[in-house]
Amino acid sequence: MSAVPLIEVENLRIDLDAQGKRVPAVEGVSFRIDRGETFGLVGESGCGKSITALALIGLLRRPLSIGGGTIKFEGQDIRKLSTSGRRSLRGNRIAMIFQEPMTALNPVSPVGRQIAEMFVLHKGKSWREAKQLAVEALAQVRVPAPARRVKDYPHQLSGGMRQRVMIAIALACGPDLLIADEPTTALDVTVQAEIIELMRELCAEKGTAVLMISHDLGLVANVCRRVAVMYAGRIVEERNSDDIFRTPSHPYTRGLVRSLPRLGSRAAHGQTRLQEIKGVVPAIAHFPVGCRFNPRCPEATDICRQVEPAEELLAAGGLVRCHHHG
Amino acid sequence: MSTLSTVSTVLAAKWRVKLRFNLVVGGTLFALAVFVGLFADWLAHTDPVMDANLLNAEEPPSWKWWFGTDAQGRDIYSRVVHGARISLTVGIVSQFINSIIGISLGLTAGYFGGWWDDFVNGLTNLMLAIPSLIFALAIMAVLGPGLTSLLIALGLTNWSFTCRIARASALSLKTQGYVQAAKVLGYGDLRIMTTQLLPNMLGPIIVIGTLGMGGAVLAEASLSFLGLGIRPPYPSWGSMLSEARDQITTAPWLSVFPGLAIFLTVLGLNLLGDGLRDILDPQSRSTRV
Repeated sequence: MSAVPLIEVENLRIDLDAQGKRVPAVEGVSFRIDRGETFGLVGESGCGKSITALALIGLLRRPLSIGGGTIKFEGQDIRKLSTSGRRSLRGNRIAMIFQEPMTALNPVSPVGRQIAEMFVLHKGKSWREAKQLAVEALAQVRVPAPARRVKDYPHQLSGGMRQRVMIAIALACGPDLLIADEPTTALDVTVQAEIIELMRELCAEKGTAVLMISHDLGLVANVCRRVAVMYAGRIVEERNSDDIFRTPSHPYTRGLVRSLPRLGSRAAHGQTRLQEIKGVVPAIAHFPVGCRFNPRCPEATDICRQVEPAEELLAAGGLVRCHHHG
Repeated sequence: MSTLSTVSTVLAAKWRVKLRFNLVVGGTLFALAVFVGLFADWLAHTDPVMDANLLNAEEPPSWKWWFGTDAQGRDIYSRVVHGARISLTVGIVSQFINSIIGISLGLTAGYFGGWWDDFVNGLTNLMLAIPSLIFALAIMAVLGPGLTSLLIALGLTNWSFTCRIARASALSLKTQGYVQAAKVLGYGDLRIMTTQLLPNMLGPIIVIGTLGMGGAVLAEASLSFLGLGIRPPYPSWGSMLSEARDQITTAPWLSVFPGLAIFLTVLGLNLLGDGLRDILDPQSRSTRV
């Protein structure tokens, strides 16, 4: 690990403004990502993983706002940057790809132009140079016949191709951090694998760090070196991805791991049912007292219902937020 | 399944025939008016203002005088042809001014929101509350008659619909994924508005603009009819109608031909606007591929 991490989030709180009342949607979230590292953020819908990513690039919109904590990019607090300072980070140093490649591309602009725009915007290239670079960028994400494809409009491309174009746009300026918010959810499984492989390869080649956000623990653990599991606005466990699968410490993580279907497991253990986590994620305004997972937790005791557990270091490395992790 | 697809194919084919009709008729009429306006000197050999001859006064349409002559013996055909120039100039230029004002106000209001949005909204409501012809009349009264003041008056009074459309489009477009993506990729506000919002809202704006052009041609005719637009002896369709109204029973050709010219031009523009709406509709755009 280098001395100054690429991105360091400390005690981040994101408030939701609900009719004048400020409710924390994300609270006490801390993590760091080093240069070239791959980091995963996993959780159910509504646990706060996507808004954490939006906070990183300074694009939270009303009714959401940062309520506290710091976000440092290369040791610099990005909340203290000017609007133009933040804008020059976006796309250039920090890029993002989205879940829906269909809607993330401008329908009235040829894809080549949309890639070229990045070079014009951030690298000060002329349009002629930028168009040439756009063809190279498309070739890099393995779009066949890139010189012809640059003239295509988004609706002429398949979902997988569109996501490749998104990756080409995001990686155009060689960013230090790529935030991938559910990058493959809208794609077929076979295309998913290709896209993930492509993303991993290109980022490794360019030394780009990846923050991958997904509800799919299996996918994230496969791609990322470290994984943080979020539940109800808090990180409940942060581990190396190998460890999190082998010895999940938090009951929620255990539930997630058990609920993953595995090839061959039925044959090995007989016809067992797939495990589920009982109950639903609590609403933001009604987080339970004590540990936020206690109403759904099979191991909850009295202390869980009264005192919120603090983050504790695990002997094997990593952090967990549970009274009974031992 | 197959019957369903057959039905939809037939419907699609019918629909296409219909939109071709709008577009072809409207486009032809408008193109004809533009052609006549551009080549007026070449199409009519007599001067619409100077070639007065009281010996030919109020001749009915004939082989020699296609559209007849007026009380001063001027060729109505020549006056209608030259009138096209004025009517279309007013229609196109004033609607262009309207579109620029409407787009810049509506786009920024929808995109930025806040007090600016409230202000633009209030202004638009104000403009919609005042009948635009009365407002144009007031401006004309201040500026005095003439082509320039006509362009200013009509260019300042009919932007509210364009503004509304631009604002509504900006509001719905700014939540689209690609606009958010552009923000994430470090686009500035101006770049987002010009590359992401404007091209995506251009369809309805073009339609409104075409329809508004027809409205402007009518408004010019109305103002000239009322004596505040183009002054006689210069030929504008509205002022010709105004001059002709006393002789409508004795020499109906004086009002019929300029009236017909207005009617056909406005009809053409409205049909064209309709046809463009059919084409530019995103639904039909996706079937075109």
